[in-house]
Amino acid sequence: MTPRPNSTPEPVGASDPTPPISNECIPEPTLDVESGLRNTLDDKGSRVAHPNSASTTHTLRNRLRLRTVAVCTVFFVLLAALFTVTLLLGEAGLTAREVFEAFTGQAAPVVQFVVLELRLPRAAAAALVGVCLGVAGAVFQSVLRNPLASPDIIGVTSGAAAAGIVGVLIFRLSGLSLMAVVVLGGILAAAVVGLLAWRHGMQGFRLVLIGIGVAAVCTAITSYMMTKVELRDATVAYTWLTGSLASVQVGAVTVAAIGAAACLALLALSTRKLRALELGDDTATGLGFHVEQDRVIVLALAVVLTALAVGVAGPISFVALMAPHIARRLVGGTSLSLAASAAVGGALVSGADLLAQYAIPGQAFPVGVVTGALGAPYLAWLLSRSSSSRPGGNA
Amino acid sequence: MTSPHNATTRSLVAENVTLGYDGRTIVENLSLDVPAGKITVLVGPNACGKSTLLKGYSRLLAPTSGAVLLDGADINSLPSTQVARQLGLLPQTPIAPDSITVSDLVSRGRYPHQSWLRRSTAQDDQIVDDSLAAAGVLALAGRRVDELSGGQRQRVWIAMALAQQTDVLLLDEPTTYLDIAYQLEVLDLLMDLNRTRGTTIVMVLHELSLACRYADHLVAMHAGRIVAAGTPSDVVTADLVREVFGVEALVVPDAIAGTPSVVPFSRHHRPVAGQ
Amino acid sequence: MALLIAVALVCAVAASLAIGAAQIPLRTVWEALTSYDATNPEHIAVVEKRIPRTVVGVVVGAALGLAGTVAQGVTRNPLADLGILGINQGAALGVVSGIILVGATAPAQYMWFGVVGAGAATILVWFLASRGREGATPVKLALAGAAIAASFSSVVSGILISDDQALDSMRFWQVGSLAGRGYDVLFPALPLFVVGGVLALAVGRSLNLLALGDDTAHGLGLNTGRARVLSGVVIAVLGGAATAVAGPIAFLGLVVPHAVRAFAGPDYRWILAFSAPVAAVVILVSDVLARVVARPGELQVGIVLAVIGAPVFIAIIRRGKAATL
Repeated sequence: MTPRPNSTPEPVGASDPTPPISNECIPEPTLDVESGLRNTLDDKGSRVAHPNSASTTHTLRNRLRLRTVAVCTVFFVLLAALFTVTLLLGEAGLTAREVFEAFTGQAAPVVQFVVLELRLPRAAAAALVGVCLGVAGAVFQSVLRNPLASPDIIGVTSGAAAAGIVGVLIFRLSGLSLMAVVVLGGILAAAVVGLLAWRHGMQGFRLVLIGIGVAAVCTAITSYMMTKVELRDATVAYTWLTGSLASVQVGAVTVAAIGAAACLALLALSTRKLRALELGDDTATGLGFHVEQDRVIVLALAVVLTALAVGVAGPISFVALMAPHIARRLVGGTSLSLAASAAVGGALVSGADLLAQYAIPGQAFPVGVVTGALGAPYLAWLLSRSSSSRPGGNA
Repeated sequence: MTSPHNATTRSLVAENVTLGYDGRTIVENLSLDVPAGKITVLVGPNACGKSTLLKGYSRLLAPTSGAVLLDGADINSLPSTQVARQLGLLPQTPIAPDSITVSDLVSRGRYPHQSWLRRSTAQDDQIVDDSLAAAGVLALAGRRVDELSGGQRQRVWIAMALAQQTDVLLLDEPTTYLDIAYQLEVLDLLMDLNRTRGTTIVMVLHELSLACRYADHLVAMHAGRIVAAGTPSDVVTADLVREVFGVEALVVPDAIAGTPSVVPFSRHHRPVAGQ
Repeated sequence: MALLIAVALVCAVAASLAIGAAQIPLRTVWEALTSYDATNPEHIAVVEKRIPRTVVGVVVGAALGLAGTVAQGVTRNPLADLGILGINQGAALGVVSGIILVGATAPAQYMWFGVVGAGAATILVWFLASRGREGATPVKLALAGAAIAASFSSVVSGILISDDQALDSMRFWQVGSLAGRGYDVLFPALPLFVVGGVLALAVGRSLNLLALGDDTAHGLGLNTGRARVLSGVVIAVLGGAATAVAGPIAFLGLVVPHAVRAFAGPDYRWILAFSAPVAAVVILVSDVLARVVARPGELQVGIVLAVIGAPVFIAIIRRGKAATL
């Protein structure tokens, strides 16, 4: 049979001995096959102008973009509002004017100290940690294709926690050196998980399950350390283990912010990789992506983000799980929005920290207690959605 | 109606390839030229290596020896994006991310033509539109992929492959899980693509008679080897069906298309003596 | 095989009685059992400390072995485990809220909170993991379990942080240990262990049918819903009670059924029958190890099991194929 590039689409070959039985028997499907194929063909060669230039895809893309921008705006505004509230509220009972003057350098030294050394780092840390965890969670959920996946799962959090506990209780570290140990501990645990999970490539399921195994060992170390120390130390350590913004320091937040900014920039450049990885290894390879390499890159960036967040505030649970999911629901129609996840994550932690400080008068909780407690209704909500589970839900 | 196309000059050749998983060899020392601008269909019993061979052609599986050559160059050493502009792939069970829309999914077929500097342009969007139209799913563009029926979903995936605008398209059992109406629809669409655009198509199919209808070039495989290759009417005989599938069958001309049609015997159903 | 396990169990019990902070010769142990001398400190140590600890070990081990096997059977998932599924944390939350919020002091009281907590976690994890197309796959179960555990442990932390005294006792309980657990804790829980154990042995047949898939099991006349509920009850009762007694102990319920399956075959009735004694042996040996490795101090059995169990778990995953997981 010779190729007949100019023939009309009929399901019968030219060299067939029997004459074609044509469209009376097999009704032509009501498809725009002809013009569609011709148009794509024209696009390859000399492009012809299309009469209706506003294409469906273009319209849909713009609508999605608009919605993403709207969600991001709303949540970044909310984040800014919460940030301001964090600066204004506190035991010192400062007026808004005093807080403002602290920034311009006109306030009394004690006010300067309260605002710039206590409240500002805390507000900044809440936003930073939320953004890091939101984005890291989005990456993990997307790459592992599961709405329950979070960076905690591959041992980052528990590794960081174990390192932190050993650092605090045995080596009496604090400040930047403690943060360095925590961040390295988290990255190290994730690296161990990654190496153990590597066998002819890195498969999501193996990563998750081996992560759980390694996390169990780290948790055992943490629990053991907790039994070996004075009660006072244990209380401090326990607060840190729950995730707390109460004692963040300017230096730690600054260093973490610089590291996080670098990771976020690199991830923003890798959005295409993420969107390709979501389609599964085979399709992504078919689209020309280096699947294994890309997956390691984006997961490593997410791991570093998580480790930085843990380094600043200890392990704050559920933000990495909830933020991307809320963002996805609000934006709708797409599988991944790093910017929206960042905005939601930041707002979530800032709001949770305010709740933790002021919801019950006279009793301040670590922020991790609030996010963890929010986690339960969040899971219940996930459950309630499952009643209407469609085919082709999450894999 | 269309200008002659360079698609038909692409050559895709497997040269003495050995393919396998975890040290287990499935296909050994196999060579096969894919005729340019034609529809090639791989058939054979389960585990005969046809899907493995297709994975080799689509570089999902690197050969342990030998090479797959695209226009004379080893596809595993060519830049991956360059290959992706010439060689499209529809895996057997493609994965759609949760809650993605049809147009978003099909837009990702443009990735090989973009980079992080050059994002989607109006031209990309137009190509996506045209691909959606060609696959008959333009009306579904705003819908979520996970809300679609099996046949619609498969056409969306083909639309994505069309948006990739490759000269060669590889498909692993594109009609699995589809009922007969959708099977015909998908195969007709692929034939349209081949006839109007000259796209070289290589696919694995299970249904022999359908394979004969749509194939320009039929490759029958058994136990990792090629048993026969050629036009369906040359290749498909009662002897071949017995050798490859271990089934006695009558091979008669398809009443509609005139291509070979395989009517198998079974224990309870044999031809009446003397017929 | 049964004989071998019996011998191993006897040896483990003997070791558990003899080895500790002070080595006590087996002869003295025997004398303490047969002709107790209340003035001999070694006799007192054996009878007052080591025998209760050993008995608790046997009961808790057997309960966790059974619960783990049932969990693996009912989820058709070789990686199910009370720790991984977050059921331990559920029990922990139950116990903590029982002690602190309701003021339960006696084990007989907070025991029930543990069971309720474990049950709640079981139900949550199951439904959460069953969402979506493929049902409760191992990965989804593991993720759901991790999420539940994270949520529950945050709530536990919230409760403990405001109460130093509770934290002080909980931090020792939370490691998972047999040390200092005596009859006062064990006896109130005994009815739960007995009921749970009998039920566990009874669901063996159902688990065999469930292993063929829900549709086939249903076709063979099994009421799959009832079988699943019954299995859930077994997991909650045994897991909750064992956790209330010894604290959260992970990996025992995971590793033991795996080992047993290797020689007992795929029949769940046999796996269950063997899992209980084998788990008892494993926990006693781990407890003996815990007493020996960190002399003069002592490790907790929960830590020893995590350090031994996690590598086994990882090895299982690395060997397995995506298809079988």
